[in-house]
Amino acid sequence: MSQAEGAAGAAGSSAEGAARERTGSAAEGAVRAGAGRNPLWTFGILRSEFATTLRRWRTLALLGVLAAVPVLIGIAVRIETADGSSAGAGGGEGGPAFLSQVTNNGLFLVFAALAATLPVFLPMAVGVIAGDAIAGEANAGTLRYLLVAPAGRTRLLLAKYAATLGFCLVATLVVAASALAVGALLFPVGDVTTISGTTIGFGEGLVRAGLVAVFVAASLTGFAALGLFVSTLTNSGIAAMAATVGLLITVQIVDTIPQLSAVHPYLFPHYWLSFSDLLRAPVYWDEVLKNLELQALYAAVFGSAAWARFTTKDITA
Amino acid sequence: MAPNDSAETNGTAARPGRRKAARYIVPVAVAGVAAATIGLVPALASSGDPDLPKITAQELIEKIAASDTEQFSGTVKISTDLGIPSMGGLAGSFLSGAAEGGDGGKDASSADPQAKLTELASGTHTLRVAADGPDKQRLSVLDDTSEYSLIHNGDQVWAYDSGSNAVYHADGKGAGKAPHGKEQAAPEGVPTTPKALAEQALKAADGTTSVTVDGTARIAGRDAYRLVLKPEQKGSTVGSVTVAVDAENGVPLKFTLRPSSGGKAVVDAGFTSVDFGKPAASSFAFTPPKGAKITEADDAEAEGHEKEARKAAEKAQGDLGKFEGEGAPKIIGKGWNSIAEFKTPGGAALPSGASESEASKGVPAEAQQFLDALGDKVSGKFGSGTVFKTRLINALMTDDGRVYVGAVTKDALVAAANAG
Repeated sequence: MSQAEGAAGAAGSSAEGAARERTGSAAEGAVRAGAGRNPLWTFGILRSEFATTLRRWRTLALLGVLAAVPVLIGIAVRIETADGSSAGAGGGEGGPAFLSQVTNNGLFLVFAALAATLPVFLPMAVGVIAGDAIAGEANAGTLRYLLVAPAGRTRLLLAKYAATLGFCLVATLVVAASALAVGALLFPVGDVTTISGTTIGFGEGLVRAGLVAVFVAASLTGFAALGLFVSTLTNSGIAAMAATVGLLITVQIVDTIPQLSAVHPYLFPHYWLSFSDLLRAPVYWDEVLKNLELQALYAAVFGSAAWARFTTKDITA
Repeated sequence: MAPNDSAETNGTAARPGRRKAARYIVPVAVAGVAAATIGLVPALASSGDPDLPKITAQELIEKIAASDTEQFSGTVKISTDLGIPSMGGLAGSFLSGAAEGGDGGKDASSADPQAKLTELASGTHTLRVAADGPDKQRLSVLDDTSEYSLIHNGDQVWAYDSGSNAVYHADGKGAGKAPHGKEQAAPEGVPTTPKALAEQALKAADGTTSVTVDGTARIAGRDAYRLVLKPEQKGSTVGSVTVAVDAENGVPLKFTLRPSSGGKAVVDAGFTSVDFGKPAASSFAFTPPKGAKITEADDAEAEGHEKEARKAAEKAQGDLGKFEGEGAPKIIGKGWNSIAEFKTPGGAALPSGASESEASKGVPAEAQQFLDALGDKVSGKFGSGTVFKTRLINALMTDDGRVYVGAVTKDALVAAANAG
């Protein structure tokens, strides 16, 4: 299939009524690339992926829910401690981590909110986006038009994965930013006591918060690859999302069964909470690095599995 | 990868089936390489034991004794497996009976060092230690999302539990006399550094032990000799004690205690990373965070606390086969086979009431029955009694209220009871 045909096909498809703005812009990128084959060629499809992913109502609703979590936690803690009692009284057991420090320093709301959303909300949102990536297109009948653009399946898959990773980062930053705003509004901010008991300035505390947010986003990369792989297995978007989120829950249950402790270090959520190691002084890197290695491994295995599946699959929808 | 790879797979390939299958080799290969790496790298790393000049066991022990390293910081991993299945409470009571007895009535702060450090007596924990001379030490227990820090700086002792944002503070003379003042970072109740453990083991070793140097090892990136202590007497539950000693400065880096019954080590404590440079001064500084709940230890309490801690420490030493100290019970035998004999008031006691009988008073009768159900009934010339077993310490409680405790087998306990 030549470049020209591809562009024509893409243009034709949008004319046919698969009215997808994306297809147009992808074709546009392809046409530009066809002229000079400049490196921006890949970015055309990537940019259109980002735009469609982030502009969907579904995505915006997910981000809205994520942003609401810190607001809820902040208001609840504020009401609970209005009479001067400390939050998480009774040893701080049971509630999300870092909750007892929130009253004294609003910055800790960032960590409390991330600790509260990381086990369920964040990965669920990522699972929805990743599960929908390929299967959703197939379900809507738009996958074959996408493939007509001369990007090739590998490149399309990479763009889909990149868009999912972009969503991971955006979702985490939304939680962190919302928590920071709520924390600064409702609680005092100032010098930060690390969980090791040493004191650091507010500026450095902010840097650590940013680091934690990026690390949490990186913690989701393995799961995103898993979701993408599941998404290549089916033509039903709903099935892919449900399977991905179901896998998440199953793996998290397995991670809590002590008799299965031998496999725990190889489960993708096992080191998720290690982000709190970034709040120690000095930072305890062991589990942080283990988590990053594990996520890279999951991304490599399931990313290549998704590639193997997607590039050999018969596209019927 | 090429723009037209979709065209390729849409039928131009001669054998599409095989091509399809071939692509799945990639994820399988990635997973295989990863599995191989996880399996092989530790094996390769451990095979590279360093070449060090020969040293006799005596020289090595002298090296440990002469070691005067006062500045270090590092991470310690400690695993304890006394073989008490799903009995966290009982495991705790082995070491914390005294502490809990002493604190009974007062609502204990979650930042209280005694309560916290006895948690180390079971399971696996990651600790961070730092020391800068006798006046500045710090010990942190790393939990999932929180950290427990014990900071000793001059005459101030702070404990901070970030999970509950609670602070424990002791200062002045009370703290000065408190066990924090000893040379180890955490002498409170549980010896946590490999050095403290090694010193206990060497003390117990006197005359009844074969001490050998068994090759070398690399611990936390440093060359070390392995000193192996084996009880020569029969009847001890201690199989062997291995201490890895830094070849350069004689600091024990790793301590492993294996039971004679084989299997997993009972105590395995070692540095996973260590630095003998001066730790940052900020490590020893602590300002209570705003709004934290602060529990002050007044002098009287601190003194009592010290006593409790010392008693708890005796019990910890008991773990290494040694009972001694104030209000000492009668000791039968010597070395590793020492058996402590003592009478309990009221004729019954927890096996943990080793040197602290008040502790057992608080135990409700139901708990007592429950504990009885756990033991093995034995009988002999002494009458009959119950043996409580762990992988290391066994205790025989006779029906007439005598208790024999030691790191020895059941038969040795019965023999001691018969002789007594």
